[in-house]
Amino acid sequence: MSRLALISRGVIKENPVFVLLLGMCPTLGTTTSAINGMGMGIATTFVLIMSNMAISSISGLIPNKVRIPSYIVVIAAFVTILQLLMQAFTPGLYETLGLFIPLIVVNCIVLGRAEAFASKSGVLDSAADGVGIGIGFTLSLTVLGAVRELLGSASIFGIKLINSDGMLVFILAPGAFIALGYLLVIFNKFKSRIS
Amino acid sequence: MEYIIIIISAVFVNNILLSQFLGVCPFLGVSNKVSTAAGMSGAVTFVMAVATLVTYILQYYVLIPLEIEFMQTVTFIVVIASLVQMVEIIMKKISPSLYQALGIFLPLITTNCAVLGVAILVVSKEFTFGGDPHMLNMAQSVVFAVASALGFGLAMILFAGLREQLELANVPKSFKGTPIALITAGILALAFMGFAGLV
Amino acid sequence: MVATLSVITLVSSALLGGVYALTKGPIEVAMTAKTNSAIASVSPKFDNDPSSQIILVEYLGKSYKAYPAKMGDKIVGYAIESYASGFGGRISIMVGFTIDGVISSISVLSHTETPGLGDKIETSKSDFSTQFQGKNPQEFRMVVKKDGGEVDAITASTITSRAYCEAVTTAWEVFKLCVEQTEKQGGE
Repeated sequence: MSRLALISRGVIKENPVFVLLLGMCPTLGTTTSAINGMGMGIATTFVLIMSNMAISSISGLIPNKVRIPSYIVVIAAFVTILQLLMQAFTPGLYETLGLFIPLIVVNCIVLGRAEAFASKSGVLDSAADGVGIGIGFTLSLTVLGAVRELLGSASIFGIKLINSDGMLVFILAPGAFIALGYLLVIFNKFKSRIS
Repeated sequence: MEYIIIIISAVFVNNILLSQFLGVCPFLGVSNKVSTAAGMSGAVTFVMAVATLVTYILQYYVLIPLEIEFMQTVTFIVVIASLVQMVEIIMKKISPSLYQALGIFLPLITTNCAVLGVAILVVSKEFTFGGDPHMLNMAQSVVFAVASALGFGLAMILFAGLREQLELANVPKSFKGTPIALITAGILALAFMGFAGLV
Repeated sequence: MVATLSVITLVSSALLGGVYALTKGPIEVAMTAKTNSAIASVSPKFDNDPSSQIILVEYLGKSYKAYPAKMGDKIVGYAIESYASGFGGRISIMVGFTIDGVISSISVLSHTETPGLGDKIETSKSDFSTQFQGKNPQEFRMVVKKDGGEVDAITASTITSRAYCEAVTTAWEVFKLCVEQTEKQGGE
C-alpha cells in the first residue's frame, strides 16, 4: 500500500473514533470545545507517530513474551516527553486537558497501532500510519468538539455566533454521550447511502 | 465523616464513568449482559484498590523524595501492568473459581484508563472537606479508589440492564448498536447529574 | 527477555531524564509567567518584580501568598492569592488591593466549577467579578444578597458565588495582615 493510501485509510475507512470506536475516554472527556478537541487530537498524534516509529525500529529485538510491556514503556516515555513539553510551552492547554494527557498511555488506539501495524512494518510506513490515524482522531475530536461547542455555548473555536448561552447540557457530561451518539448515527446513515 | 463524603462523592456525584469519562471502553464493550458487567466491575474494584495503594506508596516514598515526579506516568503504568499480571497468576493458583469468573477481564484492565486515572487523581487532585482543600492520605486514597470502582460498577450494571432491554426494542437501523448505547448512556449521565451538589 | 525489557526501560528513563533537564527551565518560566500576568492583571501599576518579593502570610493556620506591588520604593498595593472550596473543588483567585484597601481587580487562577454556570466567575465569561472592583471591603459586605450581603450571586450558582466571596474575604484579611506587618517594620 502506498504511504498516501496508508494516511487516508486512517482518516476515513479506519477512522479510530467513528469506525473502530477506540479511544472513547479522551473523545468524550476533552471535547467541550473545538479547540480542546483539536489540542487533544494533536497531542495524541504526536505520541502515535513517535511510538509507531520507535516500536517499528526496535520490534525485531524484542522477544515475543515481553512485547506488550515493552511497548507500554515506550509509549509511556513519549507521553511523559509530551507532558513535559506541553507544561513548558503550552501550559494553558496542558491545564485544560489535565488528566487526559497522561492517560494517552492507555489509549487503546496507540497500543493497538503498535501491536497491529508498527511491530510488523517499516519505520516510514509506521510513521505514515501514525499520521493517518492521528489525523483521523484529530478530525473526529475537532468535529465532536465543534458540535458540542456550537450547541452548548453557541460559538465555534471560541467565536460567539449568536448572543445566547446555548444548551448547557452539551458542554456537560451527558451531552458528550448524546452528541457522539447522534454523530455516529449520521455517520452510519452516510456510510449506508454510499455502499 | 470524611470517608462518607469521599464515598458518596466518588460513587454518585463524580462518578468516574458518567462524569469523568474514565473507563468508557469497557463500559461500551462488555456491558451487553448484567453478569459480564458485574464480573468486570469486580475485577476492576480489586485491581484499582491494590494499584492505588502501591502507586500511592511509590509516589510519596520514592518519586517525590528522589525528585523524579516526571517519571510518574511510566512508573504507574508499569506497576499497573505487572500488578494485573500478578493478580492473574495468584488468582489462578489460589482460587480457580474466582479466576474463571474474573480472569478473562484481567488483561483488559491494563488498558482501562480508570485504573491509571484514579491512581493519578489521588496523588494530584486536591479534595475538599468542609472547605479545607488537601491531598488525600493513604487510607483515604484506598477508600476513594474502592468507591470509584463501585461507582464504575454501579454505572456498568445499570447500563447493562438497560442494554439488555434495548436488545428487544425496535431501534432504527442507523441507531443500532453503539449509537443508541451512547445516547442511553447520555440519559443515564443526565440522571446522575441529579446528585450534583450533594456533597 | 528480562534483559531486553530492562534495557528498554533504562533507555527510556535516560531519555526522559534528558528531556526533563531540558524542559525544567522553560516550565519554571511558564509558571512564573502565569503568576506574573495574574499579578499584573489585578494589582495597581507597579515597577518592581512582585513574584520575587513574595510574602508568606499565616491566616487561620493556613499559609497564603502575597505579592507586594511597588512604585519606586513605595508599596502601592498587594496581590493576594487566596482560595476557597466551591461547588466542584478548589477555587483559586488572585485579588489585587490598592494600599488603602480598595479592591482593584480579581482574576481566577484555577477552578473546577460547572462550565456554563459556575465558570461565570471568570472575568472573560461574565461581569460577576467586576462588581467587586473599586469596593472597599470595610464598607462593602462581601456576602451574597441571599445571605444578607451586597453581592449579586451568579444565577443558579449560589454555592460558587458564596465560595468566591469567602475567598475574597480571606484575601482581605490577609491583606490587612500584610499591611500590619509592613507597618511594624516601619515600611522597611
